[in-house]
Amino acid sequence: MKMNETIMQNAVGNLLKYGVWIVLSVGIVGGLIFLSTHADATVDYRDFVENDRSIFEVLREIAVGISEMDGASIIYLAIILLFLTPFVRLILSLISFILEKDLMYVLITLIVLIIICCSVYFGYAH
Amino acid sequence: MTLLVFTLLLLLGAIIAGTIGSLSGLGGGIVLIPLLTLVLDVDIHYAIGAALVSVIATSSGSAAAYVKSGVANIRLGMFLEIATTAGAVAGAILSAYAPTSYISILFGLALLFSAGNSLRKKQEVIDTHSSPLAKTLQLEGTYPDHAQGSIAYGTRNVVGGFSMMGLAGLLSGILGIGSGAFKVIAMDGIMRIPFKVSTTTSNFMMGVTALASSVIYMQKGYIVPAICLPVLIGVLIGAMIGSRILMVTDPKKLRVFFAFIIVFLALNMIYSGFKGKM
Repeated sequence: MKMNETIMQNAVGNLLKYGVWIVLSVGIVGGLIFLSTHADATVDYRDFVENDRSIFEVLREIAVGISEMDGASIIYLAIILLFLTPFVRLILSLISFILEKDLMYVLITLIVLIIICCSVYFGYAH
Repeated sequence: MTLLVFTLLLLLGAIIAGTIGSLSGLGGGIVLIPLLTLVLDVDIHYAIGAALVSVIATSSGSAAAYVKSGVANIRLGMFLEIATTAGAVAGAILSAYAPTSYISILFGLALLFSAGNSLRKKQEVIDTHSSPLAKTLQLEGTYPDHAQGSIAYGTRNVVGGFSMMGLAGLLSGILGIGSGAFKVIAMDGIMRIPFKVSTTTSNFMMGVTALASSVIYMQKGYIVPAICLPVLIGVLIGAMIGSRILMVTDPKKLRVFFAFIIVFLALNMIYSGFKGKM
């Protein structure tokens, strides 16, 4: 059991570390494309325009953007990869609690995952 | 302002915010929001989105080291994440409906509180006693120490700590910050967990807490790639600079200095909140 815990701590540690480097590499590629195509554009973020789209619409739009080599969409991909690191961390924890047969913590991890999934549902008006 | 100028200013600002955040122990996000809104005139909702991105990045970057060293209490973090994620979902939904001026004022207050807390004296007495509920949940633990090998500690007042974590999650969801100060109070102040374990576990939890609000932020349009990327890169560079400086100087003297900067930023945010309302 102790052995198991050490392996898990290493896996989680590596995931977090390499995750950030992958995110930075993808982001910088996107950023350079974005800057080279929009360098002289004027920016104005003074007013917030609220969107109300489901995550699936957001993702579809990004996928289309990436296929057209749109810089902003590639940056967005990097941001999504960043958001995925803690998610993968949760899945790794879940697996390790299952391996340890720690039923209570399998349940606790599942509750956290369910709350996060709920945020997809509650996040926009239907 | 052209995109190029804006990006460079943002990058520079984020490096400064990341450095101050790491030196003061408050995290990059909390310094970043006033910088974006007060100096670069970005709406607070976009600033919150960018801050959240930087919180996940710095948390993942630094938590990697803590998790490997075995100081963070993973079971404790997991259990308390129920409270922080639930709070964060509620907070993120609230923040979309709250007017900018209210968010500014709330942010200023959270900033003032965090600054005061960073100067608080930490008691370093290890409490080995655990409450029955903490034992059922296997929340007690040990952490490695240079001098004594491994130090065992207990956990108390689980319900109190859990409620405080809910509040920390709520603030994190409304403001896009890691709300580390509130998480540490829940663990170190209420649950009587050693300070070192509290700060590392808090850092470990930030990524998952932020994840809970990130999907809502994406759906509401808080995440603007052109703002988030320079912020992400800048804050990570700043955090690296900060940790280098910490190795060679005494953080105690710096903390007082930064607490003043943060109080100044907080008052500015509160002022701009009131001004915006009128």
